[in-house]
Amino acid sequence: MFEPVLLRNVDVPDGHLLATYEAGGGYQALAKALREHTPDEIIDLVKNSNLRGRGGAGFPTGMKWSFVPKRAGKPKYLCCNADEGEPGTFKDRIIMERDPHQLIEGMAISAYAIGAETAYVYIRGEYTLAISRLEQAIAEAHAKGYLGTRILGSDFSFVVHIHCGAGAYICGEETAMLDSLEGKRAQPRLKPPFPAVEGLYASPTVINNVETLACVPHIVARGPDWFRGIGPDKSPGPKLYCLSGQVRKPGLYELPMGIPLRELVEDCAGGPLPGRKLKAVIPGGVSAPLIPERGLDVGMDFDSLAAAGSMLGSAGVIVIDDSTCIVKVATRIIEFFHHESCGKCTPCREGLNWVVKVLRRVEAGQGAPGDLEQLEALCKGIFGNTFCALGDGAAMGLRAALAHFEHEFVAHIEERRCPFH
Amino acid sequence: MTMREKIEEAAARYPDQRSAIMPALLIAQRERGHLPGPVLEEVADILGVERIWVYELATFYTLFHTEPVGIFHLQLCDNVSCMLRRSDDLLRHLEEVLGIKKGGTTPDGLFTLSTVECLGACEMAPVMQVGDDYHGDLDMARIDALLDRLRATVRQATGADLAAAGPQGE
Repeated sequence: MFEPVLLRNVDVPDGHLLATYEAGGGYQALAKALREHTPDEIIDLVKNSNLRGRGGAGFPTGMKWSFVPKRAGKPKYLCCNADEGEPGTFKDRIIMERDPHQLIEGMAISAYAIGAETAYVYIRGEYTLAISRLEQAIAEAHAKGYLGTRILGSDFSFVVHIHCGAGAYICGEETAMLDSLEGKRAQPRLKPPFPAVEGLYASPTVINNVETLACVPHIVARGPDWFRGIGPDKSPGPKLYCLSGQVRKPGLYELPMGIPLRELVEDCAGGPLPGRKLKAVIPGGVSAPLIPERGLDVGMDFDSLAAAGSMLGSAGVIVIDDSTCIVKVATRIIEFFHHESCGKCTPCREGLNWVVKVLRRVEAGQGAPGDLEQLEALCKGIFGNTFCALGDGAAMGLRAALAHFEHEFVAHIEERRCPFH
Repeated sequence: MTMREKIEEAAARYPDQRSAIMPALLIAQRERGHLPGPVLEEVADILGVERIWVYELATFYTLFHTEPVGIFHLQLCDNVSCMLRRSDDLLRHLEEVLGIKKGGTTPDGLFTLSTVECLGACEMAPVMQVGDDYHGDLDMARIDALLDRLRATVRQATGADLAAAGPQGE
């Protein structure tokens, strides 16, 4: 029987308060880390746990930390990526609203491991409740000595600041986030240098997602073997899944990594709405290529979904039923990427503008023969030709829609109308 | 605290004043309602940074408004999860009952209607943000009730009839 750990406090009354968090054993992992482990030992624990980043890319967290130079001669920074903008994703918001101390404890242990004394939480400006809960939690943690100078009698000092975003999806890309934190327009940087060596203010910087950081206290408290024992060995741990769209019980679910997508949609979330049939599922936010109903037996982990031609991404699972036009969904997704393109790379900025025009005319019944070839040519021109993954995500998603539901696109063009209207 | 004091307090969190432009703009927008040129210049002067740095952020990030918005900014999400839960119908309904199009403001200055990208609350789709608050699991009846509540808030606050309130931010 799987026991939720990341969500254990979210439905507890006053789960966001320090007293509640402490009553459930909160901050004991931080005390243990400072008392029993060197920073390098913490990095090893996290490496051995096989924790992979929950923001979408799935990069091994312990390895990312180990890239930070030991003697930099500069301050080091930890940045928490709380700019949760991937459509279909709401897990980080719920952690911050209802159990912010779990994040703060994870940040303190992570900062100790990499030698950072300052962290910035880059959080969506829209998340006003999460912002106020986090502010309150930081103040409480300071007052109790879990943050500040010489934490719990150790030599480790650490402060956390909140930095509110202002509505730019691209800030979820870690180097764009760093530019934004430096007070610039958010545009991805050329890599290398990687942030671990030259990040915020050209100093060594680690950027981790909220859920990734929330896993850290549990790994320290229960050990890496416990973590690796949940789900697939190469992609293990408890995982938050965001269920939304045309499904009976939308919501946030914590289950082992690797659970079959079908089980998640049909059993946990109650399946399609009354009288409807499942048509397709987007498994990891709109950057993840959709999977048609017949493919739903895939496991929800980084490697299984990659092998199936999609990705785990942010685990924002969007369910689409048979009443919905895939051309309309694809158009809306590309409109989103076009709106959020930062404008730095021409293939993304201009290419997506062109894709939107073609998709809108196809959806409106004004598509022309050759439009589908045009779309593929545009995808080819965007994919792999940009600084960051925004354009890639758009192209991959559209290619999957074209591959699995070509007949719907063709019907729009041949019938000169949307068959769903 | 004055706006200047709030901005200076926020700026103390960063080793570089340029980083404080975003927090300063959020503070200024809360104080002044929106961010016209003179406010941007004021922010630049408080922080001692180049004015162009402030202008470029105010026009890059979607939460900053350089033009006036209504007292209540209705921000309806129409991204995929909300669209699948019929946000299109809600947009049409809002346009009808408010008598404005998306992007417009009612003549009494009460409501500005916008669509926004994913608000990160898809478990309660369709969702709309009004000011600081999220409203989820919306349907037409709930939207009507919400609009009534918002109108009542203003009536209580001003003690005046709405018709006499006049347009805001002109």
